[in-house]
Amino acid sequence: MDAIKHMKTAFILFMLLSIVTGLIYPAVVTVIAQAIFPWHANGSLVQQKSVAVGSELIGQNFSEAKYFWGRPSATMPYPYNAMSSNGSNYGPMNPELLMAVKNRIATLQQSDTQNHLLIPVDLVTTSASGLDPDISPYAAYYQVHRVAKVRNLPEDQLKILIHDAIHPRFAAVLGEARVNVLELNLALDAFDENHHKG
Amino acid sequence: MTENGTLQIVLYLVIVLALVKPLGWYMAQIYQGTFRPPLLRNLENLTYRICGISPDSEMNWKSYLITMLFFNLIGVIAVYLLQRLQVSLPLNPQTFPNVAPDLAFNTASSFATNTNWQAYAGESTLSYFSQMLGLTVQNFLSAATGICLLLALIRSFVRCETTGLGNFWVDMVRTVYYLFIPLAFVFSLFLVSQGVIQNFKSYEKVNLVQSIHYHDAKQVKELREQIIPMGPVASQIAIKQLGTNGGGFFKANAAHPFENPNALTNFLEMLAILLIPAAFCYTFGLMVGEVRQGRVILIAMLIIFVPLLFVTVTSEQAGNPSLTALHVSPSPIGSLYPGGNMEGKETRFGIVNSAIWASATTASSNGSVNAMHDSFIPIGGLAPLWLMQLGKPVFGGVGSGLSSMLIFVILTVFVAGLMVGRTPEYLGKKIEPFEMKMASFIVLVMPLVVLTMTAAAVVLEAGKSALGNPGAHGFSEILYAFTSLTNNNGSAFAGLNANTPFYNILGGIAMLIGRYWIAIPTLAIAGSLAKKKCIPSGVGTLPTNNLLFIILLISVVVIVGALTFLPALALGPIVEQLMLWNHYGS
Repeated sequence: MDAIKHMKTAFILFMLLSIVTGLIYPAVVTVIAQAIFPWHANGSLVQQKSVAVGSELIGQNFSEAKYFWGRPSATMPYPYNAMSSNGSNYGPMNPELLMAVKNRIATLQQSDTQNHLLIPVDLVTTSASGLDPDISPYAAYYQVHRVAKVRNLPEDQLKILIHDAIHPRFAAVLGEARVNVLELNLALDAFDENHHKG
Repeated sequence: MTENGTLQIVLYLVIVLALVKPLGWYMAQIYQGTFRPPLLRNLENLTYRICGISPDSEMNWKSYLITMLFFNLIGVIAVYLLQRLQVSLPLNPQTFPNVAPDLAFNTASSFATNTNWQAYAGESTLSYFSQMLGLTVQNFLSAATGICLLLALIRSFVRCETTGLGNFWVDMVRTVYYLFIPLAFVFSLFLVSQGVIQNFKSYEKVNLVQSIHYHDAKQVKELREQIIPMGPVASQIAIKQLGTNGGGFFKANAAHPFENPNALTNFLEMLAILLIPAAFCYTFGLMVGEVRQGRVILIAMLIIFVPLLFVTVTSEQAGNPSLTALHVSPSPIGSLYPGGNMEGKETRFGIVNSAIWASATTASSNGSVNAMHDSFIPIGGLAPLWLMQLGKPVFGGVGSGLSSMLIFVILTVFVAGLMVGRTPEYLGKKIEPFEMKMASFIVLVMPLVVLTMTAAAVVLEAGKSALGNPGAHGFSEILYAFTSLTNNNGSAFAGLNANTPFYNILGGIAMLIGRYWIAIPTLAIAGSLAKKKCIPSGVGTLPTNNLLFIILLISVVVIVGALTFLPALALGPIVEQLMLWNHYGS
């Protein structure tokens, strides 16, 4: 008898707590979030001429020489596939990792043969999510020579562009300084347009 | 290690410790019934009326156990059915098909046992309805179950010559209403303000700035759009971090920018991992009437945790020597460049935050990840692996961690008693053969399951064919998987393709054993201790509130953990690290 009573209580309590924590709680959070932080709650989408061109938080693949490149991405079947976030999960001695890194180094060097700076690790290794929107400031500066040459823009101007795009550590302590690649490239396109117009 | 790195670690530990006392005090009040927040108190009473619960009735250990098992069983069935029927249920804007039976079983047992192992890829598998009513609900309830277990154990030390251990329903309801809902509510709204999404929309399409060309079935395809997943993420992430759950909304878990968009959210999510487990040490001290008893345990946890944290940070910051050999720069440049081993890490977190997270999540049996542990340097990955293999006494899951530590305390008291010829007793309770048998069972069952299943997977083709990396690293992947599953952690060396019938089913069983074969003897100990007389401590009592006892306790935890797993570790991360040094020099 006791067991049946316990079972009944367990069932009713489970249903009740499911409604509270699985429906009411997320619904209330959604209503408040949509009222106070609608842009953030809906994916931090970046609009250009009233068309969404990406999310500030989700990286995109840039491989053309005229753009700053982001982190390599291990998502399948193509890079920066936001439907399938993932890292490479290669161990540090995996021959496939070493091969991939060698190829990425070769691509970097072929695209800019006169660049002899030390290679930034974030430009040749994949991120954890495959959607990392950022690179380190050094990785951005590393690419200035290539982008300036392809676009025929002064290097100093590009360095200012990067400098303005750096998000520093939170309160100068937490996390790492970073440059949002989509943001930088949109700023770059806009600057390029104005520069060659004027 | 960089100066800023040290600063971030110190800041993290200081803030965790600063919150121990206020939160620990609050928890002691709500569980002892001395303070119950208004409004929520009405909700609590209403709940009892609807469910026909009489909150003052006491349960003996068997009733407590049976109600807990019933309640969890319903949870397993509910999560299983929700996934198997999600096509016919609402809130499935991407019309994801029903989940396969083996995967649905694995996920159900994963979320009911507070493991939150992810064989599923959230953004392409689960409907919003399954995420909310399946996963979010279990994030609350399985975590609360762990706390109920601990409360019963604590009461067994406090009470004398009784069979009553409290009331499971009351402990469950109070944990959910007074502890989890207020914290999760505030935390989730804060997360949204930083960019964690919270909506019920269908996935967004955006136009790419630069189109992608890729090979698919020997054809070159051009892609001009990116599909951006949506969903009620923040409400799930908040409780996933607070309840040491760890199962993500997305496959990449807390490395995904929509789960963890910046350094501040990262810091608070890391804080949430250790918040409740650490604060419970103080709650424990208050409930047993001597705060020092709790402090001793917290200090022991920290002494094990901090050095292992530094091992991971240092080894990841040093970088991967095989890449350094290719002229990739491992050295940080101020705040311009983090250096280190960045494979499988996010730029915004860098080395230090990935390493702190890895240590906290494995110590605490949270199991969420903000970096891919599979790509850590061997020694950097060994530390998190070993933190799990200790059997979660260092912080551990909410509730289940401290109860596991108390089992180690019982072992320590017994061992120390043997050494000096004193009667083993703890908090006025004699430790006798029955408690020792159960405690030994608890300590032995986890390694037995981990090592047997690892051995089986290494021998069987079904186990080996899922490997993501060759050689010793592949062995580490399997060892890590079963360690994580059996200890209800949930993090992974994710190169292992765990979504196969073999791993789904064997893993599901490992999680159930790891949770309940430990919960049952723990409650049996509680039942036996509660019945005993309370003896005032005398000259013959070994004090358990001083430095000597801390050293003894740490020794027992470390020696048991090291002796059991050293041979297995030698075959995985240790040999791999030696090969790395041999190849590239240390």
